[in-house]
Amino acid sequence: MSMTESRTTANQGKNAVPAVLDIRDVSVLYSGKAAVKNVSCKILKNRITAIIGPSGCGKSTLLRSLNRMNDFVDGVTIEGEILFTDQNLYSSDVDPVEVRRRIGMVFQKPNPFPKSIYNNISWGPGINGYNGSMDELVERSLTQAALWEEVKDRLHESALNLSGGQQQRLCIARALAMEPQVLLMDEPCSALDPISTAHIEDLMFELKSRYTIVIVTHNMQQAARISDFTAFMEMGNLIEFGETDQIFTRPNIKRTEEYVTGRFG
Amino acid sequence: MATNSPTNSSIRKLNKRWGEFMIKSWLVVCSALSLITTAAIVILLVVESFSFFQNVSPSEFFFGTRWVPILEPSSFGVLPLLWGTLQVTIGAALIAIPLGLASAIYLSEYASDRMRSWVKPALELLAGIPTVVYGYFALTFITPLLRNIFPEIQVFNALSAAIVVGIMILPTIATLSDNALRAVPESLRQAAYAVGATSYEVTTRVVVPAGLSGVMASFLLAISRAIGETMAVTLAAGQTPNLTLSMFESIQTMTSYIVQISLGDTPAGGVAYQTLFAVAALLFFITLIINIISQLILERFREVYD
Repeated sequence: MSMTESRTTANQGKNAVPAVLDIRDVSVLYSGKAAVKNVSCKILKNRITAIIGPSGCGKSTLLRSLNRMNDFVDGVTIEGEILFTDQNLYSSDVDPVEVRRRIGMVFQKPNPFPKSIYNNISWGPGINGYNGSMDELVERSLTQAALWEEVKDRLHESALNLSGGQQQRLCIARALAMEPQVLLMDEPCSALDPISTAHIEDLMFELKSRYTIVIVTHNMQQAARISDFTAFMEMGNLIEFGETDQIFTRPNIKRTEEYVTGRFG
Repeated sequence: MATNSPTNSSIRKLNKRWGEFMIKSWLVVCSALSLITTAAIVILLVVESFSFFQNVSPSEFFFGTRWVPILEPSSFGVLPLLWGTLQVTIGAALIAIPLGLASAIYLSEYASDRMRSWVKPALELLAGIPTVVYGYFALTFITPLLRNIFPEIQVFNALSAAIVVGIMILPTIATLSDNALRAVPESLRQAAYAVGATSYEVTTRVVVPAGLSGVMASFLLAISRAIGETMAVTLAAGQTPNLTLSMFESIQTMTSYIVQISLGDTPAGGVAYQTLFAVAALLFFITLIINIISQLILERFREVYD
């Protein structure tokens, strides 16, 4: 593990970019069984970090531990610490609700509320006491998610009438409306067709300037296309973490090379 | 064609499969039986009510405020009975809806699996207690308790009946609403948590609205059960047709009137006897309407999420 850590530091030394999330020796256990084992890495500001690996490698579990969405799983325990602006997300004086307000999430399957398009966006800011102009916030969020033009004339129709790709962009807009510092995306394109996927990838490029993005994907081409950093996980271990270019062209570890060249997974 | 394949003649029907035919017929008869019973009851109610309305004008029945079917001078205004039923039903609903919904929310959103596996069977047990036991419980436990608080309350009173019927229909509301809330996809809860909602906000502003039609249907089914409830109400609320706003007085509901006449020595064929069917038809009609409404709501409930 110390090897991984030293490599991580070496890679990031080159970039004078601050880390938004500092994952330190984190293990996630379900009823005592480790799904994520002693993972350490840094998530840099305004960068896209991709987590790749075969099914069941713990990538989604790791992602969900970054905004305390694992709290709802029965029998989950987390060891190690995750520093977010120098505060451990898991220290006892941290309010998980506040964490999720700042670290947003987009899920694998689009999950709009069975409410209108407008209310899907305004719901989160509404319950959190947003006191600016809600109309402007809705327009801004939908514009950022590249959905505004398609839905501006039917904001009060049910979100369930949208196509899958539109629903996923709506979910992104919903997360953006909270103006989060970090956006976590759990295989956001796995339920979408290639055109919608391209839409969302373009969108991520644009969002990068304002947000820090962590994306879990089982699609290696996607990771190679969009991310700046890539973490490769297998069986709960972080095998290698580095700049995406390096991971895909000159991986340091044999297992990484085998995975990114498609020899297993 | 391969030599060992059956010839064309062998796929022709040689003899009817009698065993299968018998079983199928038996199953048809069984299911027809319940349909026939229902139809027979409806026909009986309609026919007997019809002869009742030849003796008593519908306007007297529906708008009269005095119910004196046996003694002279008789009067056949059903409003006291209808109102008695309403008093008990509304009182029971006021008790059971908040408690039942709260238990459903607790069970579906907060309780651990272990807690659920204890509470749910307990609630179902509550639903299995014979209603006469509830009536006895009201008379010997709830009413004395109420007497300590309200000394002026009568031995038979609407309040005690409303409370005990409320307890009776609580499991219906709790279990059906729990099912409705648990049917709300987990992904919606996660979506809400991910934008910084508290458990309370997730429950009240996402889960309950999404499961609302199922929850409403559980309310209506419970209410229709409260309307039809007989033994507990008869024991707790008494047998006095009484058009009153007070919950402390003895009243009579439609169902307990039916008990009274059925058990008494009212001669068959007279007007007093026919009232039985008129009241029963009214009761049947009310619960039928409520059941239809709750079925309509339940059907809509299937389409909520996508």
